[in-house]
Amino acid sequence: MDAPLACARAVTKRFAAAGPPALDAVDIEIAPGRMTGLVGPDGAGKTTLIRLLTGLLVPDRGTVEVGGVPATAQDRSVIGYMPQRFGLYEDLSVIENLSLYADLRGLPPAERPENFRRLLGFTDLERFRTRLAGRLSGGMKQKLGLACALVRTPKLLLLDEPGVGVDPISRRELWKMVRDLAGEGIGVLWSTAYLDEAERCDTVFLLNGGRLLHAGPPAELTQRMDGRVFRVYAGGTGRREVLERALNLSEVSDGTIQGASLRLVTRTQGAAPTVDALQVPAGTRIAPTAPRFEDAFVDILGGGPPGTSTLAQRYRTIPQSGEPAIIASGLTRRFGDFTAASNISFSVGRGQIFGLLGPNGAGKSTTFKMLCGLLTPTSGNGQVAGFDLRSGRAECRQSLGYMAQKFSLYGDLSVRQNLNFYAGIYGLAGGVQREAIGRVVDIFHLQSYLDTNSGTMPLGFKQRLALACAVMHQPPVLFLDEPTSGVDPIVRREFWTHINGLVERGVTVLVTTHFMDEAEYCDRIGLIYRAEQIAAGTPDELKQAAAAQAGLKDPTLEDAFIALIEESDRKREAA
Amino acid sequence: MWGRLQAMVVKELWAILRDPRARIILIVPPIVQLFVFGFATTLEVKNFDVGIYDRDNGAASQEFIQRLAGSPNVGRIVSVHSPAEAREAIDGRAVIAVLTFEQGFSGNVAAHRPAVIGALYDGRRSNAAQIVAGYLDRIVADTGASLAATAHLQPQDGRSALEVSHWFNPNLDYMWFTMPGLLVIISMVSALAVTAQTVSRERELGTFDQLMVSPLRVHEILVGKMIPPLLVGIVNSTLYLIIIPNLFGVPLTGSLPLFYIALILYMCALIGVGMLVSALSMTQQQAFLGSFLVMVPLILLSGYASPVDNMPGWLQVVAEGNPAKHFLIISEGVFLKAMPAVEILANTWPLAAIAAVTLTASSLLFRSRME
Repeated sequence: MDAPLACARAVTKRFAAAGPPALDAVDIEIAPGRMTGLVGPDGAGKTTLIRLLTGLLVPDRGTVEVGGVPATAQDRSVIGYMPQRFGLYEDLSVIENLSLYADLRGLPPAERPENFRRLLGFTDLERFRTRLAGRLSGGMKQKLGLACALVRTPKLLLLDEPGVGVDPISRRELWKMVRDLAGEGIGVLWSTAYLDEAERCDTVFLLNGGRLLHAGPPAELTQRMDGRVFRVYAGGTGRREVLERALNLSEVSDGTIQGASLRLVTRTQGAAPTVDALQVPAGTRIAPTAPRFEDAFVDILGGGPPGTSTLAQRYRTIPQSGEPAIIASGLTRRFGDFTAASNISFSVGRGQIFGLLGPNGAGKSTTFKMLCGLLTPTSGNGQVAGFDLRSGRAECRQSLGYMAQKFSLYGDLSVRQNLNFYAGIYGLAGGVQREAIGRVVDIFHLQSYLDTNSGTMPLGFKQRLALACAVMHQPPVLFLDEPTSGVDPIVRREFWTHINGLVERGVTVLVTTHFMDEAEYCDRIGLIYRAEQIAAGTPDELKQAAAAQAGLKDPTLEDAFIALIEESDRKREAA
Repeated sequence: MWGRLQAMVVKELWAILRDPRARIILIVPPIVQLFVFGFATTLEVKNFDVGIYDRDNGAASQEFIQRLAGSPNVGRIVSVHSPAEAREAIDGRAVIAVLTFEQGFSGNVAAHRPAVIGALYDGRRSNAAQIVAGYLDRIVADTGASLAATAHLQPQDGRSALEVSHWFNPNLDYMWFTMPGLLVIISMVSALAVTAQTVSRERELGTFDQLMVSPLRVHEILVGKMIPPLLVGIVNSTLYLIIIPNLFGVPLTGSLPLFYIALILYMCALIGVGMLVSALSMTQQQAFLGSFLVMVPLILLSGYASPVDNMPGWLQVVAEGNPAKHFLIISEGVFLKAMPAVEILANTWPLAAIAAVTLTASSLLFRSRME
């Protein structure tokens, strides 16, 4: 192997004298011509490490070197850096942004036309040369950000979560571009919270809470899990209960839902969970399956949470009703002459999870917003918990719990003040309010944080608080907008344990997500593309449809997502 | 409904008290401005030097000069002997003011005719000059009083024995004028700043959607957002009502209950304006710029910087729509003039009308921009 292009040795960085360090004695090496993954949940220290490598931060202890000299002394033109929210000037066009970065990085004018042509061709942005950067979709913005970071070909490319907020298609394209760059001999550091991206890197550095948990090829870590991962073909209806039972078994360390089946990780190799232990009908297929990087990560962290949700145990049972809990009938929304969502119809029965999937800007957020009352439909109508979206707006709102993608509680307010506020606006008062707050404090272990500003809590607790605020009034319907982006897999599992438990109590859930893991938990999925619903069905049905159309064998949900969208594009071109 | 509203109001108050940026807006500008306008202007006027051009040389002028020299604030008395010398002394900053006693001054005093002392001030040091003018004014009044006792000098409207002509900057205001005006301006700045950022901050934090999907009605959100700036305005003004008379010696002569009624209406009118800015801004930065955009004309057209009566006719009509213009009249009246209730009310109803318009407009805009 070549000498490393950049390395950090025993680096420690602290932002507050008290409290844990952001990075604790971390070693990392980036080799030229390879994809190096920097993996970990939000708050793991990824951004801090990248900023140390750029020389923007100085470590408290340890050394950071790029190309053999300390990072702070290195010529900046050697490093291409794309921060999480890349500094694109939204009021400048694509080409003006590129020119600006060419000026900033001192690219000689003679090299520009050729360089720009290459970058625009490579990012497929040539068509949008004069479009304002602010008008680009999330995926295109990331590509432009990448082009700007590459305006002067660097030796080292540092990408800080380029895949965040980007749909699977754009993410895959972005990945391919960067992979090609690595092929040209550039050293690439790709930081991500998506563990499936980590799996595709040549080398992975796994961070959690500022500590390095693993360094090396991802397969090395995944191998440890061989013979411990099993798929249980439980069938659609009872799978959530089976998962709960399975996770409560001492020999099962981790488990997730995969469409109609379950994916279980055992503590010991080769010991498949038995039909009896899981209490599934005899003859249920239980087969070993290939481990994934995420299995290994969860295993390092000590396995997933137990299967029973204390939240669900103490939640009311939502009464049966003949009607679906959520109905969308012909929902359409236009902004001027642009149609953001066109004639979207679906219905979700009581106690079901419905997922809205689709690329950025395809209309899934618009649909979601219409159903939770943030947008008025231009035409069409809908119902939530039996109340009409147009005539029963207030009742709709009272009967839904809402949790947004990014932490959207009041960060300057204490946990107690946040809880008081949300209890108050949902009409809980007096003893009922005290009881509801006491209950969620108990369930989510918020006791020690009650007087802490909610913005300063660890991400996992923020996420718990957000869920607590959304369910305090025990709504029959939950709206979740990318509820677990950025959190570590343990917190994500804990979250879905609660959701699964609530669903068993009769709560109906509408969720939008870019995370295919989350989509697998859904009973049904609606795939929205170019303002229209192009496919609907269970995760397995979508996979089968994609398998039939694109001739894939055992496709993942992400494969299905991409295949179905490409199919839709082909149909559109043919028409 | 009351439970929701209560939760909203409590949340808004906490949001202001716990947000460091909001706290700064609440505390720093009032104090800084109080210091700038109050203490900073008075600091440099100890030991000032005064030039005397005495063409009279009579008993009355000599008496005045001795009193002047005996004043604790006056440093040196410089005699000048011609208008050119007087000009030179001011130009060269040897003195801050030159007093001229015309021939026959003592004669006029003795004959009980109006007697005039001419005064020239250095307008480059306008603040200091204004304060010196105030001191000299008082000394003249004192002298006039004691002279009047022996020589029966009749001062005309209390201060006419001094004829003032400012060089470089013919400016006449002083603490008594600034302080009531400052109350109007500062309560405006904080009310606008607090209101303008209230919605845009939630938009930036992502909590706005969370509010909109909750059972809160639009009017509950609006009322919840109005209470904190209203309270901030009342607290700031009350602070000023305590500090201005006690620390700066400006008399407070009018009816306080009526003042508070007018203050609340004034705040409501401004909160309406702030809400308009807030509803139109997507980011806090836009909200800050937006509130500056409205603040400057509101201040300029209030009569604080220059009298509304001196403006062109059409601009005077525009100024009628400015809540600060009406409230400035009330503030000055309540402080200095013991303004009668009828007059306060005559300036209060326009405030009510403006508040009704701005609040209605902002709630309509708020509703339409909700999506």
